[in-house]
Amino acid sequence: MTTAPTPVPAPAAADLSGGPRAAGTATTSPTPPPAGRRLLRGKAWLATLPLLLFFLVGFGLPAVAIVTGAFTVSGDAETGAGSFTTANVTDSVQGAYWTALVSSVKLSALTALIGTAVGVPIAQAVLTSRFRMLREAVLTASGVLANFGGLPLAFAFVATLGNAGELTKMFHLTDHGWSLYSFTGLTVAYLYFLVPLMVLTITPALEGLRVQWREAAQNNRATSLQYWRHVALPILFPSLLGGFVLLFGSAFAAYATAAAMVGATVPLISRQIADALSGNVLVGQGNLALALSLDMIIVAVLVMAVYLPLQRRSARWLS
Amino acid sequence: MAQLISRLRVWRGAVLLLAGLYFLIPMAASVWFSIDDANGISFDAYTGLLSAPGFTDSLVLTLELAAVTVVVLLLLLVPAMIAVRLGAPKLRPVLEVVCTLPLVVPPVALTAGLIGVLRWGPDYLMDTPFFQTFVFIQQPEFPLVLVIAYVLMALPLAYRALDSGLRAVDVRTLVEAARNCGASWPRAVVSVILPNLRGALLNASFLTLALVLGEFTTASILGFQPFAVWIYSVGNSQGQMSVAVSVLSLLITWVLLLLLAAAGRERRHKTTTAS
Repeated sequence: MTTAPTPVPAPAAADLSGGPRAAGTATTSPTPPPAGRRLLRGKAWLATLPLLLFFLVGFGLPAVAIVTGAFTVSGDAETGAGSFTTANVTDSVQGAYWTALVSSVKLSALTALIGTAVGVPIAQAVLTSRFRMLREAVLTASGVLANFGGLPLAFAFVATLGNAGELTKMFHLTDHGWSLYSFTGLTVAYLYFLVPLMVLTITPALEGLRVQWREAAQNNRATSLQYWRHVALPILFPSLLGGFVLLFGSAFAAYATAAAMVGATVPLISRQIADALSGNVLVGQGNLALALSLDMIIVAVLVMAVYLPLQRRSARWLS
Repeated sequence: MAQLISRLRVWRGAVLLLAGLYFLIPMAASVWFSIDDANGISFDAYTGLLSAPGFTDSLVLTLELAAVTVVVLLLLLVPAMIAVRLGAPKLRPVLEVVCTLPLVVPPVALTAGLIGVLRWGPDYLMDTPFFQTFVFIQQPEFPLVLVIAYVLMALPLAYRALDSGLRAVDVRTLVEAARNCGASWPRAVVSVILPNLRGALLNASFLTLALVLGEFTTASILGFQPFAVWIYSVGNSQGQMSVAVSVLSLLITWVLLLLLAAAGRERRHKTTTAS
């Protein structure tokens, strides 16, 4: 990771070395040396074929099903089954469904914001800690919490802060107006897997901050605060935003946490879809679930679109 | 300067303490909840686990699903990623898009889409051989449709894990060296590249395992009963047991990942002394 960002090999040197360059630069070089092309030209793409085919079928077909289903009359409707309609999509952004979509976006944005703000100091504290065991324990635990999905975590929270939870009983929290099944309660529970996700996401970026930058700032008499404000945060900004987007997506997609907290009063779009799919909607509205899914994907794509161009910028500094 | 350092230490200690409290209290409270009994302490929730109806079935099903998912995922992803680095750099953006797109489709939406596709079976394909395929991938003993969904969900995760592994290895030079020594293509990849990727492969596998173990959305909506769905259904009648299983599964996965990290560190120490 200490190689210069843009190596400029002299033509003569390249001829002598016969192609392969120093480790670390070859993998990132935009133009591969001729030797590699000779080795595999024409055949290498074959190895990507299984993945692309799988993706086309496994991901493409459901995507097609969502888009076509969202715009056609449901199969169980009495009249006009299979014909084009925008009714599903208009229904999906009205009334209770719109409320659910808005509250999902609100919950996700809030939890992602808190998760980002809380995750970064934790990651920094863990990274700079002298105990390597602590570091590994935290990073692996983050991996588990972030990827395990919300269900076990939801049960842990029900046992801790639910109506019969240990802490609730111990401190009589319900008397103080606490409820795990409210917006605040869900926020606390969501952060339990979002903060670890942020720690995981931001750690490589924090590791990429070079000591030299900090030393240079200190030599120019910058205070710690100034260093963070004018050097570290601008460099980290794309990574932070990327982390925020990832957290938003994760919170937005979460279903198990809310589902396991039976009786939660917060309407969420993911629960509405699951209810619609389980047949808890009116006859003739089967395709409503697909329209709702389309709404969800559109929101996720819009949020993601902010992030992808910025990721490139961050890669330039933190490689 | 000394003042600055000590202030930093205080700050770091406070952050770690608060974070530790937030993350450890629910775990501790859950353990307490699972053994807390009206008459004192009881370990019934743990001892009754093995004999609980559906526990072993759902666990075995989940482990099978996880194993198949990991194998399929790696078989699809690893050759593609190595090939992109060796001879098809133009496909790299395509691969990146393919491995990022599942992030924008939440599991609920993916499930809705899958159900939409599965409905085509009885609707349009009744008399074609495709119909048998649709039945086959939905058999309750081993629902292949879940494997498809899990592979898609794990793609971004595994891609990132493998990508960071591949960044650390000079794939091209290694393969060229192996080829110059007379190794065939498969041999160069299997006995030179893969051993260098061992850490990344294990990491990707374990994160996928964690994902499959905890996955609830798709399985529950499609009506299958792997582990997470079983925990959920048990939670309605035996709250203590569901909490006990939740905490146990989290802890076991964590310990496995920790062991993996330790193993990876030892290997790194051995190999980095040479370079």
